[in-house]
Amino acid sequence: MAEKSVRDASGPVIEDRDREQAKIRRRAFVGQMIVGLLIIFLWEFLTWIGWLDSYYWSSPSTIVRTGWVAITEGTLLQDLAYTSGATISGFILGTVVGSALGLSFWWSDLYSRITEPYLIAFNAVPKLALAPVLVIMFGIGFDSKVILAFLMTVIVASIAAYSGVKNVDRDLEKMLLSLGAKRHHVFFKVVIPSSVPWMVSSLKINISLALAGTIVGEFISSRQGIGRMILYAGQILNIDLVWVGVVVLSALSIVMYLGTVWLERLLMRGRTPKS
Amino acid sequence: MSELSIEHCSKYYKKNGEPMCVLKEADMVARGGRFVSIIGPSGCGKSTLFNIIAGLSKPSEGRVRLDGRDITGESGHVGYMLQKDLLLPWRTILDNVIIGLEIRGVPKKKARERALPMLQKYGLKGFEQDHPDALSGGMRQRAGLIRTLLDDKDVILLDEPFGALDAQTRLQMQNWLLQIWSDFQKTVLFVTHDIDEAIYLSDEIYVFTPRPGRIKAKIDVGLPRPRDEKTLMEDRFLHLKRELLLMLREEREPSG
Repeated sequence: MAEKSVRDASGPVIEDRDREQAKIRRRAFVGQMIVGLLIIFLWEFLTWIGWLDSYYWSSPSTIVRTGWVAITEGTLLQDLAYTSGATISGFILGTVVGSALGLSFWWSDLYSRITEPYLIAFNAVPKLALAPVLVIMFGIGFDSKVILAFLMTVIVASIAAYSGVKNVDRDLEKMLLSLGAKRHHVFFKVVIPSSVPWMVSSLKINISLALAGTIVGEFISSRQGIGRMILYAGQILNIDLVWVGVVVLSALSIVMYLGTVWLERLLMRGRTPKS
Repeated sequence: MSELSIEHCSKYYKKNGEPMCVLKEADMVARGGRFVSIIGPSGCGKSTLFNIIAGLSKPSEGRVRLDGRDITGESGHVGYMLQKDLLLPWRTILDNVIIGLEIRGVPKKKARERALPMLQKYGLKGFEQDHPDALSGGMRQRAGLIRTLLDDKDVILLDEPFGALDAQTRLQMQNWLLQIWSDFQKTVLFVTHDIDEAIYLSDEIYVFTPRPGRIKAKIDVGLPRPRDEKTLMEDRFLHLKRELLLMLREEREPSG
């Protein structure tokens, strides 16, 4: 690979690594954009010439048009707010409760040994299969979606926090005790902060699990939400509208993913990530 | 200045059904303000002894006394530092060294005000706001020791604090430690398996033997202070070095 350099008229040759890196990033970004546009263009073109059946595949332009109608004349934006609200509520609840549960295992070896197998067993239960029961228990409103998103995330979050707890350096504990610390000092000053990278590593997985939980909840029974809109559109064979739902959910998923990336950076300032 | 005495301390474990002795009848005294080293091969019970003194583990028999007061099994009476710097990676150097003060309930602002001049005087000026991963191994050990000093205990245990450093840095750190020791008048108990290091730093050296760990000999160094690189060439230094080498070799030979 040829190394670019900045040459001063008389001085030494200085390799500008930062500039080099920035250039690679810029090129990658442009490349990514081109690929995306190419896919959209191909999709549009192939459905236009009839190689792809536009009845099933719709087309980007139709999706945009249908989406615009759904925003102006339908309830797309309200549905979007409903779905993202349920997802984020369930995600936050699951992460907080799960992390607290995982961290609590530090306090007692006996308690964590008794609880751990149940945690793993519950993780193996396909929570989505419980959705019909939850809808009966909590109704067809907002709550049942939040509960589902919560159940999807809580175990993953607690297992992640528990891994963090298990990996706390015992010597750090020892050092703190030698400074006269009590157990609660060790917990708040060492155990929690040193588990942060593990807890953070579960955020990205959990946000998409929470979204899946919400959508399934809406599929089962709901009056609002993107999931309900997709189900409804499918039932009346409005496949263009199904595609609108899929595109909106993808966009929502990406935005929330970026949100967790931002959160991760915030929590990981000055540290190296785990995973 | 406090006097630390270890009276007849032993530690037995039961492992795989067999009782094991890791430390046998250790008797030693570190008088106030003295620099006392423990030297011996690995497995000689040095770490066990330190855990007992620091109160992190209880001896099977024997007592630990600080100025005559029985502190057996009680932690928080002596400062303790290991080969690993054990700095918290998410805290700045300044916030790392004040953690002992924080635990005692000193407000952060006040603790920082107390720590700052210490960091600046003892070679960490300009690094106060850095995180540990930005510092070299020697610098991190400095921060670790300053944290121990700020905790203000009269007796400090150092468990091979320079074991992971290269020779050049090590000598620098030894001189730095001697300066701190004379500034603060602490009683120091220092574990090492480097003979030169033990002689260069100490007033007294206890030689330990392994399996079971027990004290084989006590040596008075008797080299004048302050010491510097020239001390390393003195006859007395070389004589002690030879003596210790022979003693430690005797220990190694029977086991091959």
